Amino acid sequence: MTYHIGSSAPRSEDPALLRGQCQFLDDLNLPNQLHVAFLRSDYAHAHITKLDVSRAKALRGVHAIITMDDIHHFTGHKRMPLSASPTKATAPITPYLLSGYEVAFVGEAIAMVVAESRHCAEDAIDLIDIHYEMLDVSLNADQSIRDDAPRVRREASSNVLNRLKVNYGDIDKAFSEAAHILSEHIYQHRGCGHPMETRGVIAEPTRDGKLNVWSSTQMPHDVHQSILEVLRLDDDALRVITPEVGGGFGPKYCVYPEELVIPIAACMLKKTLKWVEDRREHCLTAVQERDQFWTLDIAIDAEGHIRGIRGHLVHDQGAYALKAVNLPYNSATAIPGPYIVPALNIDVVIAFTNKVPASSVRGAGYPQAAFAMERLMDKIAHHLGVDRAEIRQRNLIPKEKMPYTKPLKARSGAPITYDSGDYIDAQRRVLKAANWDTFKQRQHDALKQGRYIGIGLANAVKGTGRGPYESGTVRVNPSGMISIYTGAASMGQGIKTTLAQICAERLNVSLDKIKVWSGDTLTAPLGLGGFASRQLVTAGNTVNMAAEQVAQKAKKLASVMLEASVEDLELRDGTVAVRGSDLSVSLAELARILRGAPGYSFPEGLDPSLQSDVKWQTEALAYSNTCHVAEVEVDIELCKVSLIKYTALQDMGVRVNPMIVEGQIVGGIVHGIGNALFEKMIYNDDGQPLTTTFADYLLPTAPEVPEISTLYMETPSPLNPLGVKGVGEVGTIPVTAAVISAIEDALSPLNISITETPILPERLFTLINDARMSSHHHIRT
Amino acid sequence: MKKTIKLTVNGQIYECTVEPRVSLADCIRHHLGLTGTHVGCEHGVCGVCTILFDGASVRSCLLYAVQAEGHDIQTIEGVAHDPDTLDEIQQCFRDNHALQCGFCTPGMIMTVKEILSEGQKLSEHDIRDALSGNICRCTGYQPIVQAVMDLMARNERKAG
Repeated sequence: MTYHIGSSAPRSEDPALLRGQCQFLDDLNLPNQLHVAFLRSDYAHAHITKLDVSRAKALRGVHAIITMDDIHHFTGHKRMPLSASPTKATAPITPYLLSGYEVAFVGEAIAMVVAESRHCAEDAIDLIDIHYEMLDVSLNADQSIRDDAPRVRREASSNVLNRLKVNYGDIDKAFSEAAHILSEHIYQHRGCGHPMETRGVIAEPTRDGKLNVWSSTQMPHDVHQSILEVLRLDDDALRVITPEVGGGFGPKYCVYPEELVIPIAACMLKKTLKWVEDRREHCLTAVQERDQFWTLDIAIDAEGHIRGIRGHLVHDQGAYALKAVNLPYNSATAIPGPYIVPALNIDVVIAFTNKVPASSVRGAGYPQAAFAMERLMDKIAHHLGVDRAEIRQRNLIPKEKMPYTKPLKARSGAPITYDSGDYIDAQRRVLKAANWDTFKQRQHDALKQGRYIGIGLANAVKGTGRGPYESGTVRVNPSGMISIYTGAASMGQGIKTTLAQICAERLNVSLDKIKVWSGDTLTAPLGLGGFASRQLVTAGNTVNMAAEQVAQKAKKLASVMLEASVEDLELRDGTVAVRGSDLSVSLAELARILRGAPGYSFPEGLDPSLQSDVKWQTEALAYSNTCHVAEVEVDIELCKVSLIKYTALQDMGVRVNPMIVEGQIVGGIVHGIGNALFEKMIYNDDGQPLTTTFADYLLPTAPEVPEISTLYMETPSPLNPLGVKGVGEVGTIPVTAAVISAIEDALSPLNISITETPILPERLFTLINDARMSSHHHIRT
Repeated sequence: MKKTIKLTVNGQIYECTVEPRVSLADCIRHHLGLTGTHVGCEHGVCGVCTILFDGASVRSCLLYAVQAEGHDIQTIEGVAHDPDTLDEIQQCFRDNHALQCGFCTPGMIMTVKEILSEGQKLSEHDIRDALSGNICRCTGYQPIVQAVMDLMARNERKAG
């Protein structure tokens, strides 16, 4: 059956996954492999005063114990390279490959044990004699930037990694001419990515001096580049492969010390090594987004039109940076979101703290911007006594202004331009579907029965399809099967089916004739990988163009063979056929001819292979937009929030596979629900993480998730031939804003203002209790 | 120190020699080579490693392999009769897009197999409750719940 663009083709990924036949990293076992376990810091900040591995080394089954000195001796490196990013930092901001002197967060790797089994390696860890001298910790980003705060790392001269400014327009004029100025302090915490499959690495030195590395990563090409850099290998001597990846969500976007020290040790020992992260290690060492502290002022005119926003953002970076720090820049530039904001001035301070490094989790700083902005919108509405939806509508960018350029620059230096979308209509539609207008009455009726229900609304946009390119090769094989090789990374989102569907559309073949290969630096030496909701836009348009070129070449050859003009030919079910006739030649036959035969030349104007390599380039981001409405009920005695109903509209341009899109959106929304109500990475005053199991760090489970209704608009992006925009993160962006707005609305009889996320029951208890104490308001129970 | 155990997995009798501290999940995966059962947390919380143990769902990371001596175990590899086909649960998961990365899916399917084997008619609320021990980060559960409801409807049609 032919599935075209726009049809919900069943995923080609599914059958093997459903039968348990896929190869995830830990499913891979190589001959004579040895196992790795890491000695990790027990303390958030300490000097290592003694490290004696002799007893551990003597344990039967232990092959080697590797420390910073060994790594340094073999490679000349002590620290992680910042190779993946073109931004070269001046301060030492990357972590050590293995730490040798000072540890700056709990979980920082100090030594690696290589042994015949994981059990044995972990036994040996217990025999390592390590002594620490405890040092003061700095855990709160807002306090960490003060001069009197303890240093996060003694080697760094300051706890400030960087300061930057995001500004445009005449901010002073905006505030001097404002009818009202409103201010807000906002605290936001986003937790961990938590793919169900943790990270893992296998490194296999081959007998001919090459190195194969398997890693559960979103970024095989970054891993490749980083290993080359520390081991000074020839490009061709290293192959990085991602097996089936059990979810990404951000943590697998960074290159980690383990992804380098395991290949290094494999080369040192000439042994195949395997390490699979356990869940506790994931909680300790995989990147999180964590804390942002915002202080914002907003200037509005008498009708609530925004004149300007100013303020500052302190971003918790943790002890090091694994990549150039993009999150706070994303957050600060995304503040205006879908609204007209004539002037902006945000000062950003990136603070080191004694915690695991921060980097992107699904949404990458955008959800925080949406939360901050939408809290301000609600505040304006309350201040002016105007409906929350009405105040938003007054400020949304109308479709007549599209494309709408903000005086801001994206990371590439290109201006931020919203390419298309009808934000006002999107909000109107979702309000209708959520029965926004009748809610006040329902709320009134519920309150009479002692029930506190509330509704919240949030808009957002998400820049998607980050360039500059993605690679793709489309090849028709002599068997008639079509292979696609791409640098795009599959981590569960269904990108292989989506790319195959685009190819099937161009070549008019059935999906089962197409096989997609991704995540292998041998089959796709160039590529960027999976992040920033980019792969449908970048790899999708690459495959679209490559398949189109293959179609043109097939027609050209077929016109010679069928003695027909190219204009009279069409692609039909795996053949090139003369329109309105039975005369045809199969793509397989054409591929066999273009494979070549010794001594015979190709028809004039044709070169070998029925194949095309494309690296479609883009600079501009395609902006998806979304509007969500959440309805909640708060039990003010148990301080329990129940989600009653969730309505979400998305416009992400053309949907290639609506079923896959729906899956991404609903999954993204539930991730946002976790961020609003459940997920918090908690540390004690010493910097010890307290939430290192799923019994302590709560992910949403099936009973907490409400009925989610989705609506879609499809405004094509004018920026790419397919008209697509990215999907993966869009659902997550406005969720905390909508849910917290709904909780605040439910608690409006108590006059509670909520300027933080997540809201866990214990925090809700404090808020409700404080409100009761301060107002002496008697609540009917 | 190692112990030799005999257990039945998917109808086949296996004999293997393991250290007493090896979990049943690791035994199934690394000693028996049945890697369809995945491991998500090893704390007994996420449900990814769920198998059927004498017909009842258990977390295989919380049992030692030696405790399985003489018991009957079913894993994802035994769900479809033929390795090239899908059974009805698997088909319903596919039709409803009830999986994305697929890492939690084998455990999820074993749980669904158990709740449906009891033959009761379940409400959406019951299904959500029954799935509460299996964490999925990708799907948001909605399509999984739909898949189970779809499956019950298909079974009802068959019975009727």
